[in-house]
Amino acid sequence: MREVEKPFGKALAELGERHPNLVVLDADLRRVTETAFFRERFPQRYFNVGVAEANMVSIAVGLALSGKTVVCATFACFASQRACDQATILAHVNANVKLIGFEPALVSGSNGATHQGVFDLAVMRSMPNMSVFDPGDATETRGVMTYMLEHAGPAYMRAVRGKSPVILDADSYRFEAGKARRVREGDDVAILACGIMLPRALAAADELAREGISARLVSMASIKPLDEDEVMAAARETGCIVTAENHTILGGLGSAVAEVVSERRPVPVVRVGIADSFGAIGPVEWLAEKYGLSTSHIVAACRRALRAKP
Amino acid sequence: METEAHRIHRLKKQCLEVRRDIVEMIYRGKGGHVGGSLSAVEIVTVLFFEVMRLRPQEPEWPERDRFILSKGHVTPVLYSAMARRGFFPVEELASFGLPGTRLQKHVDKHFLPCVEVSSGSLGQGLSIGIGMALADRLDGQARYVFILTSDGENQEGQTWEAAMAASHFKLDRIIAFLDANGLQTDGAVREIMNVEPLEERWRSFGWHVERVDGHDVAQILAAVETAKNTPGQPHLVIANTLKGKGVSYIEGQYEWHSHVISDEEYGMARRELEAAERRLEHEERQA
Repeated sequence: MREVEKPFGKALAELGERHPNLVVLDADLRRVTETAFFRERFPQRYFNVGVAEANMVSIAVGLALSGKTVVCATFACFASQRACDQATILAHVNANVKLIGFEPALVSGSNGATHQGVFDLAVMRSMPNMSVFDPGDATETRGVMTYMLEHAGPAYMRAVRGKSPVILDADSYRFEAGKARRVREGDDVAILACGIMLPRALAAADELAREGISARLVSMASIKPLDEDEVMAAARETGCIVTAENHTILGGLGSAVAEVVSERRPVPVVRVGIADSFGAIGPVEWLAEKYGLSTSHIVAACRRALRAKP
Repeated sequence: METEAHRIHRLKKQCLEVRRDIVEMIYRGKGGHVGGSLSAVEIVTVLFFEVMRLRPQEPEWPERDRFILSKGHVTPVLYSAMARRGFFPVEELASFGLPGTRLQKHVDKHFLPCVEVSSGSLGQGLSIGIGMALADRLDGQARYVFILTSDGENQEGQTWEAAMAASHFKLDRIIAFLDANGLQTDGAVREIMNVEPLEERWRSFGWHVERVDGHDVAQILAAVETAKNTPGQPHLVIANTLKGKGVSYIEGQYEWHSHVISDEEYGMARRELEAAERRLEHEERQA
C-alpha cells in the first residue's frame, strides 16, 4: 500500500495560505501534531500555550468568537477528556473551532493507557453541535481538513502523525460531512470502517474474497453526521454489517450504526473495537492483535455476522 | 459638560436602580444568585454606563469593547445593566428565570445580543478573553476586553493557566475585575479554600494589579484609567466588596449566595433601597 509522509501537517500549512483567518493553537506538541509546518510559514497565526489544554480550548473559543477559524491540536485523550468542559462551551456557542485529536487509542501505542483516547469519539459524538470525523487514509485526512475549514462550526477530527496510507484516489476524492464513501462493492456482508481500521478492513475484504465471500467496504470518516442512507443501503443489500473502529465499542461508530439499524431495519451488526477496556503499551499491530482489532478479527466478525443472518 | 460630581452622582443613582432590579428579578423569578450580583453592582454599572464603548442599538458593532461574565451565575446584575443601557426592554427583566425566558439563570449567548459567550462553568472566562484579545491584536483592533471574575472563581485551576498566558502574551487590553466579596456557596473563601494573598499571586503571574473599594464608583473609574495607561501587562482590579451589598439581611451572609426572596424579605429590601435613594438625593442637594 502506498504511503505518504505527514499528510496532516503538510495540508494544514497549505490551507493556511488559502485561509488567512486560520489560527493554529498548540499545547507543547508541535512536532507530534505536525503544526510545526504551519508555524514555520505563519508564525504570527500560531500560538503555543504550553501544557494547558483546557486553557487552549477556551482561548480557541475566544478567537473563534472574534471571527477566526481555529485549529486546536493535542492528543485525542486530552482534547476529549481534559478539555471536555471547555469543548462543551465551544459546542454550545457553535464556535468555529476544529479540535484535532492526535494519536487516538491504539495509535498511541508507545505511550500506554493514559495517552490512549479510547472513548474520544463517544464523548464528542454525544456533544450537541459537534461534528466528528475519523479519516481512514491520507486522502480522507486532507479531504476532511479542507472541508472543515470551508464549513463553519465545531468539529472534532482524529489524526495520525507521520506516514499514512493512501487508499482513496486523491484526484477524484471530495469529503462531505454525512457522506460515507463506498470503497468496494459487495453483497454478502458490509464492513463499515473508520480511521486506522480502513486499511485493515480492506485487507479483510481481500481475504474474504479469496474464500468467495463478497464483502462491501464503506469508509465512515464522517461519524457524526452519519450517512444513514448508506448504512441502510448496507443493511438492505447485504443483510449483515460489521463495524470496525479504533475505539471502545461503546459509543463510537459501532454504536452509531447499531442505533440506526435497530431503529430502521434490524439486521445483525457485529462491532469490532476495544471491548470496554483501557489500553497498554506496544506496537500498533501487536496491540491490534491483543485488543481484537486486527484484520483476522474483522474477518472473524464477518463470519459471525454471516452466520447470524436470518 | 457633566461635572465630575454629577457623573459620580449619576452612576451612584444608576447603581441603586440596578440593585432594585436585582431584588425584583430574584423575588419574581423565585431564586437566583443574589449575593454576588449585589456585590458586583458598582463594577458592572460603571463598565456598562461609563467605561465600555458600546452601541445598544447595534449590539454586534465590530468595534465594541467586550464584556465577559466569567462568574456566569450573577446574571441579574448583568441583565439589569444591559436592559437599563438599552440592549433590550426593561420590562423583560420580569421574565428572569421563568420557563421560556431569554434571561437564563446562567448567561447564554444564544438568547441575548451583546452577550459575548455562554458561561456558568467557572474558570473559563479569562481564557476566552485571551482568545479575543489575541484576535484583536492580529486584526489591529484597538478595543478592550473586560472580564468579571471573583475570589471564589480563582479556585478553578484554569484561572491560573490563563493568568500565565495573558502575561506571557502581554495582553494589556485585558482588564479583569475580581469581585472579592470573601464568600462562596459553602462559606468564607478563606475557610473553604483560601485564595489570598491575591495581590501577590496575580503580580507574581505578571499582571498589573490594583486594589479598590468595589463599591466606590470613583475608585473603579480611576482604576480603569490607570490600567489603560499601564502598557505591556494584563490588568487585574481587585475590588473589595460586600456580598449582598445594599440589603441588610443579605449582606455578608454566605447562605444568600443563591436564594429565594420571600414576600416579607422583598418588602424589607425595597424599603431599604428606597431609603438609600432618599439619602443619595439628600446628599446631592447638600452638595
